Amino acid sequence: MMMEFDRFDPPPAKFPGNVPAIRVQANADHWFAAAEALHAAHAHFLSLWGADDRDRDNCFRIYGAWLLPDRVVVIENALRDVANPHYASLAPLFPAASRMQRAVYDLLGISTEEPDMRRWLRHDGWPESVFPLRRAFDGNQQYPVTSEPYPFVQVEGDGVHEIPVGPVHAGTIEPGHFRFSVVGEKVLRLEERLGYTHKGVGKRFQAMPQAEGHWLAARLCGDSAVAFSWAWCAALESITDTLCPPRAIALRALALEHERMANHLGDLGALGNDAGFAFGLTQFSRLKEDLLRTGAALFGERYLMNFILPGGVARDLPAHASALLSAQYLKLEESVAGLRSIYDEHAGVQDRFRETGRLDHAPAEQLGALGLVARASGIQCDLRVNMPWPPYDGLQVQPALQTSGDVAARAQVRFDEVFASLRLCRALLADLSAGPVHAAVPIAEPGSMGIGLIEGWRGPVLIVLEAGPEGSIRNCHAHDPSWQNWPLLEYAIIGNLVPDFPLINKSFNLSYSGQDG
Amino acid sequence: MFDVLSRIMRTGILTETPAEDAQNSSAITDLQTDLRSILGRALCIRQVDAGSCNGCELEINALNNPYYNLEGLGIKFVASPRHADLLLVTGPVSVNMEEALKRTYDATPDPKFVVALGDCADCGCVFGRSYASRGGVANLIPVDYTILGCPPEPAAILKGILQVARSKHRAS
Repeated sequence: MMMEFDRFDPPPAKFPGNVPAIRVQANADHWFAAAEALHAAHAHFLSLWGADDRDRDNCFRIYGAWLLPDRVVVIENALRDVANPHYASLAPLFPAASRMQRAVYDLLGISTEEPDMRRWLRHDGWPESVFPLRRAFDGNQQYPVTSEPYPFVQVEGDGVHEIPVGPVHAGTIEPGHFRFSVVGEKVLRLEERLGYTHKGVGKRFQAMPQAEGHWLAARLCGDSAVAFSWAWCAALESITDTLCPPRAIALRALALEHERMANHLGDLGALGNDAGFAFGLTQFSRLKEDLLRTGAALFGERYLMNFILPGGVARDLPAHASALLSAQYLKLEESVAGLRSIYDEHAGVQDRFRETGRLDHAPAEQLGALGLVARASGIQCDLRVNMPWPPYDGLQVQPALQTSGDVAARAQVRFDEVFASLRLCRALLADLSAGPVHAAVPIAEPGSMGIGLIEGWRGPVLIVLEAGPEGSIRNCHAHDPSWQNWPLLEYAIIGNLVPDFPLINKSFNLSYSGQDG
Repeated sequence: MFDVLSRIMRTGILTETPAEDAQNSSAITDLQTDLRSILGRALCIRQVDAGSCNGCELEINALNNPYYNLEGLGIKFVASPRHADLLLVTGPVSVNMEEALKRTYDATPDPKFVVALGDCADCGCVFGRSYASRGGVANLIPVDYTILGCPPEPAAILKGILQVARSKHRAS
């Protein structure tokens, strides 16, 4: 793959981060050619974002990031036409880029020739002429909400009707709008409209010192607090040459695996419930609560919003942690194994799970699935396996893989990953080295850029951090894999029944807040 | 079926008495009596995520697990604001949720209580007030009570909800 980029001037450079990454500076011509080369190499499209650098070298920049089997490639494209900044759309090659391009336009006013450039993150809360991530824009500026209709795609034909759902949903879940076009019970088309929880985190990061960024990162997506705060710290540590003590690194992984298990247990219960099997919800929610309570007793919090910080972790485990955790893992393993066989043998549950919300391997690959959803459709992608960063480089993670791509497959991946996480937690505890859990972190050199990429429970979460002067943050781009997987939910629901939507949606369990930013 | 029953038997009853009433064995009965005298029926809550990170929602969902067993206390979550006595709002309120929050508030019949849940719903917390965030819930709709925390633990949420219900009872 390096060959493809040899002709670039300057040649590809190492991109500091917790995983192997290279940074390629492309011009307008090479931007699309590079994307084509990556497409030909079956790279997974990871993220797209932009920056206003007119104050520094009079250009806007657009960045794309891809996952190759063994490294991350970041392509950078400086847009010199600042009056009309534009770039070649990546959507023809990577459909997942479409919504990201719309978001980049909403935030920065950088455009593409893509036909669908409907607003995505901007609803009615700020004027069309305002681009919040432009440097001159004052982030504290407020505008009254106006009411602009959003042009949903209309489906026409005999007997077709629409069901609008949200943004306030019937359950205790995040806000978003779903527009179903149905005939009878059958879904012809689902169109999602997201962005309701957009909180302007990109602008918010720019107003924070580096020493506090992890605090916001942990709150980008509450169920992935460990993954995002670790990614943030990994990015900062990579540009400050900070070496985390081995004990802190192991504790971070322990926290990440706990986060994975807690979310998977919650989802497995909710999946049972959505299939009319309330017993599953009761049992799994109890197991999740047990895990959270142990976490609270040992890590100091039920949800680890404040555990990971630059240079290490906030607290060490108490002395009795290992014995307590080992006992809990044993109970958890026995319970989950028992519940798995109950789920597997329950005809009613399996009838709802199997063949429902199918996402086959080919469309999953073409549309760019990531994380858990991809692994349930036969795509082998897990950063802990492909490019294991410490401490995963010493743990030999076994990837969970299913091929049927239905609700059943996504449930099985969760079961497998709970058991895999238990194994990892035990290995981490067994090898836990003594020593400090925190190292001092210096201020990063202005202009330096680092990447943090962590396999959270949903999939890879990305932070790209660019340092500003005197310990400030110049840019921080956060990316949740839900960006990729939300459009796949639209695909997986086609031809299914409306009442199966909650079940299919839960089997994906994507983040609104993580996507909306 | 045998496996299911045997697991239910082995799990037993896990439900705990709310902490504030732990000393009082008739606490649950008292609470149910209180709720009945205030409302004549269960307390119905409509949760509104007005822009949160999903952390508060995880803890609200935990209230329905067997340890807290919220419905056993006579409190339940409902699907429509029109069925609700209390709006449990998490935030910060994003500008993109401003209209939806106001419309949900208007759709809730009087008398209604509003509880702002979490540090963000209180003041915007780490998200503050910006082009995209209106900050705390009280900037948009009247708030009766605030439960702090990031996220607040289920026991704290339960305690807050009970306090609101009881303070309304005393006031009437």
